Amino acid sequence: MSKNKIASAWSGGNEPMNSEYGKMMMWFFLISDALTFSGFLTAYAFVRFRFETQWPVAEDVFTHFPGLKGDQPLLYVAFMTFVLIMSSVTMVLAVNAGHQLKRNVTAWWMVATIIGGGIFVSSQAWEWYHFIIGDKGAIELSTSEVMKVANRDGNVLSLSQIVQGMDKGHSANHELLFSDEEVFESIRANNNLVLQSPGKDHTPFNREATIKALDGAHVIQGANMYHNEYGKQQFANFFFFITGFHGFHVFSGVVLNIMVFYNVMLGTYDRRKTYGMVEKVGLYWHFVDLVWVFVFTFFYLV
Amino acid sequence: MSDHESPQGTAWIWKIFWLLLVITTVEVVLGIIKPEILLTSLAGTSILNLIFIGLTLVKAAYIVQYFMHLKYEVTSLKYAIYLPVLILIPYLTFILIFEGQAIFEF
Repeated sequence: MSKNKIASAWSGGNEPMNSEYGKMMMWFFLISDALTFSGFLTAYAFVRFRFETQWPVAEDVFTHFPGLKGDQPLLYVAFMTFVLIMSSVTMVLAVNAGHQLKRNVTAWWMVATIIGGGIFVSSQAWEWYHFIIGDKGAIELSTSEVMKVANRDGNVLSLSQIVQGMDKGHSANHELLFSDEEVFESIRANNNLVLQSPGKDHTPFNREATIKALDGAHVIQGANMYHNEYGKQQFANFFFFITGFHGFHVFSGVVLNIMVFYNVMLGTYDRRKTYGMVEKVGLYWHFVDLVWVFVFTFFYLV
Repeated sequence: MSDHESPQGTAWIWKIFWLLLVITTVEVVLGIIKPEILLTSLAGTSILNLIFIGLTLVKAAYIVQYFMHLKYEVTSLKYAIYLPVLILIPYLTFILIFEGQAIFEF
């Protein structure tokens, strides 16, 4: 009688909420982690909202795809999203097989998940590399405002095209470094070049204002915590922090997956007669995918 | 307890996969072409952005409900997980969107 009452109160009898202890704690950890990430993303939204007109447009920032020339906006990040969704699917399949105590099937799907996670982390490293090296370069004014150099038609030119000429230069700087003097000299010499804001409004300076703005300005190439050629400095800082924190989650997930995979191979969960650990690491892995869904939307789409 | 039993087989997993893939593809295509008509301003942002946020929430719901299996947990666990998140995150967002406008006064 009293036992029934307890069972109905928790719907789980002597196992509260009908959930294994470790699984419930994993859920509670994920709740706190979700709140952490929402703190980051709302902070990002707040700062972006404040500087909306100067905020870099993601399609102008993430334009590379390995092996493809020219601008491929969103394509690479779409690929990364696909990889992560795919690895989430293989993780569900591993959990599913674990419920049926199928050791080999679980192991293979875990291998697939680990490979997916590895591809994602390396893709992120690749993207960071290109973000840090930079693309077209920019000019940071004495007011610490960042401006792109464009022609009168509003097309942004790379420093390489400005210094070496349109026919000899490349559309990106390709790791070449340019000094302040040679860039400013070329801008002063070419009547067709003006400074243009990198944000949504793309407002160009006129020629006079362009020349005047070069006083006390610096050339910046690439992005780090102090300078950001793509526009507002906070964009780079948030990019490093949020995608870095997420990437670290993916990396930890891969490590945890490898540990659980090792135990699957050893037959640990066969002896325990439960593959609960696969389920728990699966929850974590899906959460990482879930966070990416939001990061993808707020960093690359909106 | 039959409503807490998860579906059998693996067909349901692939169904969710295709759904997530289609939603992501729609998002990416919309993000690349940015149809002029969807850039109309609505509720302080564009219709396109609202579509992105809506699709994201749909994706998130499917991941949590099916991949993370929350749909098939007991009610008490569902509430223990949903309530803190569904109360605190909208609250934080609300504070930042409405009270945060004060930043423009400085």
